[in-house]
Amino acid sequence: MDDDSDRTADRAADLDQGRMRILDAKPVNLDGFSATNPDLGLVAMASPFDPEPSLVITDGVVVELDGKSVDEFDVIDEFVALYGLDLGVAEEAMAMDDQTLARMTVDFTVPRAEVVRIVAGLTPAKLARVVAMLSPVEMQMAMTRMRARRTPSNQAHVTNQLDDPLLIAADAASAVAYGFREVETTVPVLGDAPSNAVALLIGSQVGVPGAMAQCSIEEALELRLGLRGLTSYAETISLYGTEQVFVDGDDTPFSKAILTSAYASRGLKMRVTSGGGAEVLMGAAEKCSILYLESRCVSLARALGSQGVQNGGIDGVGVVASVPDGMKELLAENLMVMLRDLESCAGNDNLISESDVRRSAHTLPVLLAGADFIFSGFGSIPRYDNAFALSNFNSDDMDDFLVLQRDWGVDGGLRTVPVEHLARVRRRAATAVQAVYRDLGLADFDDERVDAVVVANGSRDLSPGDPKAVAEAATAIEAKQLTVFDVIASLKRTGYDAEAEAIMALTRERLRGDQLQTSAIFDGDFRVLSKITDPNDYRGPGTGYALTAERRAEIDAIRQERTADELTADQAEHAGHVTFTDVETARHGSDPREVCIGLSPAFGRSVWLSLCGLTVGEVLRQISAGLEEEGCVPRLVRIRSTIDVGMIGLTAARLSGSGIGIGLQGKGTALIHRRDLSPLANLELFSVAPLLTDRMYRELGKNAGRHAKGMAPIPIFTGGTDESISARYHARAVALVALEREASEPGEPPMTVRVAR
Amino acid sequence: MKPDDFTVEAAVNGNLNLADLRMDPATLAHQAVVAEEGGNPQLAENFLRAAELALVDDEDVMALYEALRPHRSTAEELEALRTSLETRGAARCAELVRQAAAVYARRGLLR
Repeated sequence: MDDDSDRTADRAADLDQGRMRILDAKPVNLDGFSATNPDLGLVAMASPFDPEPSLVITDGVVVELDGKSVDEFDVIDEFVALYGLDLGVAEEAMAMDDQTLARMTVDFTVPRAEVVRIVAGLTPAKLARVVAMLSPVEMQMAMTRMRARRTPSNQAHVTNQLDDPLLIAADAASAVAYGFREVETTVPVLGDAPSNAVALLIGSQVGVPGAMAQCSIEEALELRLGLRGLTSYAETISLYGTEQVFVDGDDTPFSKAILTSAYASRGLKMRVTSGGGAEVLMGAAEKCSILYLESRCVSLARALGSQGVQNGGIDGVGVVASVPDGMKELLAENLMVMLRDLESCAGNDNLISESDVRRSAHTLPVLLAGADFIFSGFGSIPRYDNAFALSNFNSDDMDDFLVLQRDWGVDGGLRTVPVEHLARVRRRAATAVQAVYRDLGLADFDDERVDAVVVANGSRDLSPGDPKAVAEAATAIEAKQLTVFDVIASLKRTGYDAEAEAIMALTRERLRGDQLQTSAIFDGDFRVLSKITDPNDYRGPGTGYALTAERRAEIDAIRQERTADELTADQAEHAGHVTFTDVETARHGSDPREVCIGLSPAFGRSVWLSLCGLTVGEVLRQISAGLEEEGCVPRLVRIRSTIDVGMIGLTAARLSGSGIGIGLQGKGTALIHRRDLSPLANLELFSVAPLLTDRMYRELGKNAGRHAKGMAPIPIFTGGTDESISARYHARAVALVALEREASEPGEPPMTVRVAR
Repeated sequence: MKPDDFTVEAAVNGNLNLADLRMDPATLAHQAVVAEEGGNPQLAENFLRAAELALVDDEDVMALYEALRPHRSTAEELEALRTSLETRGAARCAELVRQAAAVYARRGLLR
């Protein structure tokens, strides 16, 4: 016993586990993870300090809300009590138990309007409890049916570290080409904001008109730019779930209410921003759960008369993702917005993790369920150029996103753009801004700058230029108090008629006010898609938003997609490098040193290049050389009736004098067989054709020779791989197999052939 | 001006200016009806407040916003603001200011 425990006692050296070292180095371990701590607000779905839901109404006035009486109301309670609840339905709604309400959100046989009607009477604490009952999948179901607009859409961040206006315009043009219907900029340097707004406005109307543009900055300055028509929406009107943080943010619900109405009074679409974790970061979460505080924000958003909310992974996302259930809480934030019948701009605009697995896991549920905007800022520019914060997906993730849309057959609002189109719209956007800045006397950017911007990945590809140029342009825009009409006139004067017309159309439509309704975007023909004009009509499978054939084709046609013909086009380049001549219908050999090599139907007839990049002639030469090194005699036999490499090998073995045969397909898959074995029980198999080398084929030949001589073969180790062989090569393998099938001649006997080079 | 008067030609000729970017209160009143019928009375209320602000100059709108931020105004200043809004026919904004003044006093958010 003692001896035993000595042997198993912890040895310090044993704790240095090789596999643990690998795990320690993974990106997920750069992320921070907090232990649940309600005292600090570090708790996702429910805190023991969250209030019990309650609502008391006396003479049509709310006198108690979620455990607080009217004299204890803070500014948030006060505003929600005054404006936020439908008192007509409140009694009925608050009397319903949590589970009934939770089921109602998921049950698509209950009309959306009925859910909206009931939820309008729920207090913040009650709605948080109801949503907390749902599993992540139930939340997705509820989102699918409860989001306001039928057609999903997407928003892009467009910024750069230089505030270079040509680059902003070119990137905005790229963004709208990809399909984004809102573009949002901000500044590293506040003074540059007017220049960024003008450049974004122009660039966002190149190619496809009607995208709305935003310049997110300090709230008063942002409003001023909007009043002059230089932006068409705003979303950085921040709400917080506790009074302390609200006031620290230098606002109250009452000032926000005026701001909300001020935007509407000038035809500017607006939504508010909340998003869990902010109160924790500011050290004033009042021990409440992140979900409950966010529920207060969403109730307040509705009370203010904001048409929508940006939440679900904003600046506090790292805090939320650090606690258990964090990602689920973020999804619940989006859902609460939809349940309150508001536009959901679903976050995903902050890099949630260093781990690609985790950041994808954060975005995927929203993409699958659908939201009015999947991202409240997909980083359409490189990570380093994002002047907000890194987004959860950025420009180098664009192909991944487009492939994800195609994988799941879902609409994330984006499409593939041919490089020629990108080049055209980027040049047009950059030259338009160059022309307008010259015409209005703002700045003089030379043609070399335009050329550099058109092809730039980001601002690191540009020279810094004159560091004062942008600031001076921005100052001039302010000094002249330029309005949207000055920009339109300048575009017209400099020959950019289409953009002048587009911005005027945007301005004209804005004054009609239809884009102020919930979840509104313009399509490329300035039609408004909103809760009113494009309402979500999901009522179960086969209903609701469905891809049109045209949109389906757009999603499917990623630039990496290839037809079988395209995948086998390189075969022709090697056609005829060897020729095979029929000798006779294959007979049984008698030489004990003979090893037959069975060739597949298309080998050297329509397939000329194996998956590892060796020509079929070279593969054959190596195998034959290996056999000869062992003193064996190869005989080539074309197996015409089957494409199965096991049967090809077995047939060859049965014809072979030694009883050993090799099966070889055009794509390079190879095996050694023996005549007395069943088809699938071969002696040695090279199944991973893409990883093979000339040396391995030679070793295969040698081993076949050793089997023929009754000697022990030497195992061939390929060393393994980290590559996803199936992902990389299966599309091509399928195309090559199709060629084999085409070349096969069922019923035809094997043929002995001769090779000539 | 009607939306159809907003043309590129009018911009080039300098016939459009900042004041033309304010919404017509009647348009906002119409959008309020649409929002109410769509089941969102709060959005309707916002549009009706906006209809009042559509008649107010940019600088006065900014001043109203500033006055309602925390610790900016005394009770007397908010009362004066309320009266002036009411006189200008901005009854809903005036009511908002009255409500703010009451809760600001209770929560210590007056200047």
